[in-house]
Amino acid sequence: MSAPISAIREPLITGSKTYHTITEDICGPTERTPTTAWVIAFIFAVTGLSLYLFSVTWTIWVGIGSWNLNRTINWGWDITNFVWWVGIGHAGTLISAILLLFRQKWRTGVNRAAEAMTIFAVMCAGQFPLIHMGRLWLGFFIFPYPNTRGPLWVNFNSPLLWDVFAISTYFTVSLLFWYTGLVPDFATVRDRAKGLRRKIYSYISFGWTGSAKHWQRWESLSLVLAGLATPLVLSVHTIVSFDFATSVIPGWHTTIFPPYFVAGAIFSGFAMVQTLMIMTRKVLKLEDYITLEHIDSMNKVILATGSIVGVAYLTELFIAWYSGYIYEQFAFYNRVMGPYFWSYIGMMGCNVISPQIFWSKKMRRSILVTFFMSIFINIGMWFERFVIIASTLARDYLPSSWSYYSPSWVEVCLFIGTLGLFSTLYLVFMRVAPVVAVAEIKGILKTGGDQYVGPNIKHDNAHKESTHH
Amino acid sequence: MKQESTQVLYGLYNDEEILLHAVKKAKEDHLEIMDVYSPFPVHGLDNILGLTESRIHIAGFIYGLIGCLSAFLFMTWVFTRDWPIIFGGKPYFSALAFIPITFEVTVLFASVGMVVTFYTICGMGPGVDNPTLDDRITDDKFCIAFDVDNADESKQAALRQFLTDTGAEEVNVKSI
Repeated sequence: MSAPISAIREPLITGSKTYHTITEDICGPTERTPTTAWVIAFIFAVTGLSLYLFSVTWTIWVGIGSWNLNRTINWGWDITNFVWWVGIGHAGTLISAILLLFRQKWRTGVNRAAEAMTIFAVMCAGQFPLIHMGRLWLGFFIFPYPNTRGPLWVNFNSPLLWDVFAISTYFTVSLLFWYTGLVPDFATVRDRAKGLRRKIYSYISFGWTGSAKHWQRWESLSLVLAGLATPLVLSVHTIVSFDFATSVIPGWHTTIFPPYFVAGAIFSGFAMVQTLMIMTRKVLKLEDYITLEHIDSMNKVILATGSIVGVAYLTELFIAWYSGYIYEQFAFYNRVMGPYFWSYIGMMGCNVISPQIFWSKKMRRSILVTFFMSIFINIGMWFERFVIIASTLARDYLPSSWSYYSPSWVEVCLFIGTLGLFSTLYLVFMRVAPVVAVAEIKGILKTGGDQYVGPNIKHDNAHKESTHH
Repeated sequence: MKQESTQVLYGLYNDEEILLHAVKKAKEDHLEIMDVYSPFPVHGLDNILGLTESRIHIAGFIYGLIGCLSAFLFMTWVFTRDWPIIFGGKPYFSALAFIPITFEVTVLFASVGMVVTFYTICGMGPGVDNPTLDDRITDDKFCIAFDVDNADESKQAALRQFLTDTGAEEVNVKSI
């Protein structure tokens, strides 16, 4: 019935859990009063959120002139932040969809939180193109709706419009996938609750009963959604890279961009998952479900994608030299040696050199090293987007229009503000929903629990026969 | 949704393997199971219960096809009939440039359609309150339920006996 189990495979759930203790451990935090650590984090997050609201209001009230963009550099922190957030949003779907298709069981411990992170990151990402339009209230112009101007349609040949479709589809599909996974777990919370709480969870659990037919359809639905989300997640960052790659600007107009962006997205997404997981498992005491084995696996993904990104950086430099095209050569010379050389160093140092530490198993399994590395990588990936955008635009074809850009306080506050928005959403999610997929964890208990596999295996369990009472 | 209530006799089991044996036994004894409930999807249960394979993926394919065709044909109509504009010297019908949006709309239609179909055929949705037999079914109990609305005393007793014999921890009757 179940797959053959290797005796040396590391267990994915430690602490000899039973089905009931799994429910207790994961649903418990939503039922208790929040811990001090959570309250402190929430105060910081809400402060960030109010900074966000303030700077958005300021931008809309004063206009885009409150940013330091100029005629030459017309994309700055806004699009850098957009690409950064979208990239972070890729790990959730990778974990929940691609790893589901590859039957990687370790995904069950982290998929719920990673998907939540995806949704919140895409929400943050979506802010920037919208605010950047200047007249936010005309934002609906991006959709092809029948209008009184002809109707005049949008340009379906434009990568910026493809982006609108890609991001909105990605957001919708991720949300549906995530929520469908949450419904059985909300039912678990519902059945433990009383009074008003029960009413609320009853409403959001959609009347789930756990019937065999429903589970069968649910599994079928999850599998097909995973199959759809897999090419979708690859398409999204590919299309984001088209925003650059289909332009005629040296340094952007390269065919390497789609795979390079996708690898970078997975890289930064996993780094953000690590940052969040290390804090979540500590605060909610979920060390038995999000084990060192999980952190190790994710660090391997980080090492692989980080190296792909590194190869892409070097390939770009080589191709620029090999092309013999002076504008391309100048663009890359300028990236490394130009006015933004410091961000190139930041990018190379954080993204390519520092992750190499993960060749060592000891480092991969160190919580402290992983935590700091995950922060480094997020900084490095932010620099990568800044390098691509600002250093390229600052030196265009006409030396007379060369310029330098540094952000205004509004742009900085907007970025910090989206961090606040993201943290607020994530902290609320931690309070109201099971952060680990309860039903899925129960499903892998017999193949991943430490009383069934690994060094502490109990033989009466391993050769368990169905006992009739 | 509310119909008149049914009398349900159900047994709660502690482990999915005991449940699987019980369901197998029930099938051998030709007992008519109303439903089986579990806290997580139990592998192999649908085969033993004789459930037909879910056709939700076929629905998904059809929705995807609708999305694919409508996106592609709509863009073609806009750029060749309704408002032809030349972009960058390319032909009006530049099919390659339509691929990204066609793909995204295909995925969007298939996913949204399938999810809506799933909740509809399962009789679920926001605020729907389907009756449940026991609160522990979403926690750690596995449940076999029999419809005993029209069953006489002796039949009920036989079903009770079956449930306890196959290892049920608790046997109860509830009207839902």
